[in-house]
Amino acid sequence: MFRPQPRASGYFHTGYAQDFALLQTRTERVSLVLFAVALAAFPFVASPFPLDLACQVFLASIGALSLMLLTGYAGQISLGHAGLMAAGAFTTGILARELHAPFWLALPASAMTGIILGFVFGLPSLRLRGLYLAVSTLALHFIVIYLGGEYETKRGFSTGILIDPPSLAGIKLSQRGWYFVLLIAAVLALLVCINLLRSRSGRAWRAIHAKETVAEALGIGIARYKLLAFVISSSMTSVAGCLFAYYRGFVSIEAFDLFLSIQYIAMIIIGGMGSLLGALLGAVFVTLFPYVIERLLHLLPNVQRLAGDVFAVNYAAFGVVMILFLIFEPLGLVGIWRRIQNYFLLWPFKQRPLAGTRK
Amino acid sequence: MQLVINIIVLASIYALIACGYVLIYRVSRVLNLAHGELMMLGAYLVLATASLFSGQPVLALGMAVLLSLVVGVLVYVFLMRKMTGEMVLAAILTTVALGILIRGAVVLIWSASQQYPAQALSVPNPSIAIGGAYISLWSLVLVGMNAAIYAALFGFLRFGRWGIRMRAAGQNPLLAAQRGINLHGVYALAWALSTLTGALAGILMALDSGLTQSMPVIGLKAFPAALVGGLDSLVGALIGALIIAGAEVLLIYYVDPLLSDVVPFLVLIAMLIVRPWGLFGTREELDRV
Repeated sequence: MFRPQPRASGYFHTGYAQDFALLQTRTERVSLVLFAVALAAFPFVASPFPLDLACQVFLASIGALSLMLLTGYAGQISLGHAGLMAAGAFTTGILARELHAPFWLALPASAMTGIILGFVFGLPSLRLRGLYLAVSTLALHFIVIYLGGEYETKRGFSTGILIDPPSLAGIKLSQRGWYFVLLIAAVLALLVCINLLRSRSGRAWRAIHAKETVAEALGIGIARYKLLAFVISSSMTSVAGCLFAYYRGFVSIEAFDLFLSIQYIAMIIIGGMGSLLGALLGAVFVTLFPYVIERLLHLLPNVQRLAGDVFAVNYAAFGVVMILFLIFEPLGLVGIWRRIQNYFLLWPFKQRPLAGTRK
Repeated sequence: MQLVINIIVLASIYALIACGYVLIYRVSRVLNLAHGELMMLGAYLVLATASLFSGQPVLALGMAVLLSLVVGVLVYVFLMRKMTGEMVLAAILTTVALGILIRGAVVLIWSASQQYPAQALSVPNPSIAIGGAYISLWSLVLVGMNAAIYAALFGFLRFGRWGIRMRAAGQNPLLAAQRGINLHGVYALAWALSTLTGALAGILMALDSGLTQSMPVIGLKAFPAALVGGLDSLVGALIGALIIAGAEVLLIYYVDPLLSDVVPFLVLIAMLIVRPWGLFGTREELDRV
């Protein structure tokens, strides 16, 4: 399952440093540089609306990456990620509103909330597995949302908390500035994930995912690493929530309903379980999906009838797409991508050599 | 007295919904998170049949219940059959996706505004006084229906030929299949029965207090009832529903009405910490998922 992807040919490692390198071939280096240039140039050519979409994608990527770490690698199901995001956003909202805390204080405070909540969310995982764990995270989601709602009503912010835009070193962020801040945050999250997965904890999580009993026999502290997975994942999600709060300038529990949790899970399912690339692809897909559907609706003849029900069309289409992926493409977008890659790698043959196919 | 009646009515609602979770879980180890949505769909089906058979409320209700039975079978045949033997998460997520699909479809077909099936059927909903407390007619019907459904389910699972097959399939699918039990038939039956009971709950609630998009939330709140009692036990669902309903009504009354949505989940967490397999569930269940 975790076999490295086949390389074209001719790349041989002659030292450990090469084994550790994140980018191993020249093609990878060149395509990454091109991609980075494209990302950096994007805000200077795009209009505000695509820019906003890109920012949303970056925020979603952080959440999807952290959930992938937890569910795709460590194998711990969480149906409550919207709750964690809400916790980060509310910490930020409360600090900014009540104490006028600056950005640099709210961000670590949100991460801290995430760490504490991750510990709480993770505790049931020590006793429960699979379905029961999923249900316990679902319950915690409702409790977090309730606490947020309670705060909103008690303090009289029944429609939501307004947050002043943050000033980073005295500069107010423009839309373009936000793009780069969120891009950097997403890239940092990705790097943290990649390196965690290459380290001892990443290997421990994979072992726990594969078989808990064997992992324990190998000397892996199950409880410790499970909690670590929850803590890291939820602190990353909370930071995403904090950035979300500042980016929108507004926090309200309506933004963090169960549907958001489902969307995050849909991201890692549609993207492809057990792959960071999958998390990113899923984040792009799920974030852009409603806008694409809206565009398509405008192409249809009888728009007037459906115009009021765009959200319902979205819901229905989203459900259909999720079902289609679950049934017909369980490996997700990454599975499709790999198949395309393999097609070219193996050309003119259709199959892998038999000796190498274990699974 | 009014409190007691409120608790009984709410417990009946939860119990009627929870037995749907239990049926499907017990037979096929799948948690059906679309149960609330299926319940809402059943209630909306009444609106459809009410316009077809106007003036004949009994016929319209019967048709709606029958249709929801068909919906249950269709869901299994076209969707869940493909998920047999897949990961737990994949099966749960398929039901979640189904739920989202149903929510969207319901709004597209019947619009998002609040509906009153009782008016569409032109049936009254008078309040009945019992010892100084009031209960609406349809709530009373719901309590009675709940008792009847549970009695029927107990009898069916204990003595019915297909009921025994369902229990066998739940205990050990491989052995059951070896003995010539048609597993797909049994699973489809479980889905049909579960949708039927859910739809009954949905229909009776809609007749009592109207029909909105928030109905699936009630379906989700009934899930803790099933788990507190033990996910594979019908008696448990009944007791669990009573516990959850009691806690909810009393806390709303004495502490804070805002707690309503969160009480069932607080009880759920407490239960998961103390006794995750539920009051009447079997302990082995925990290791099988």
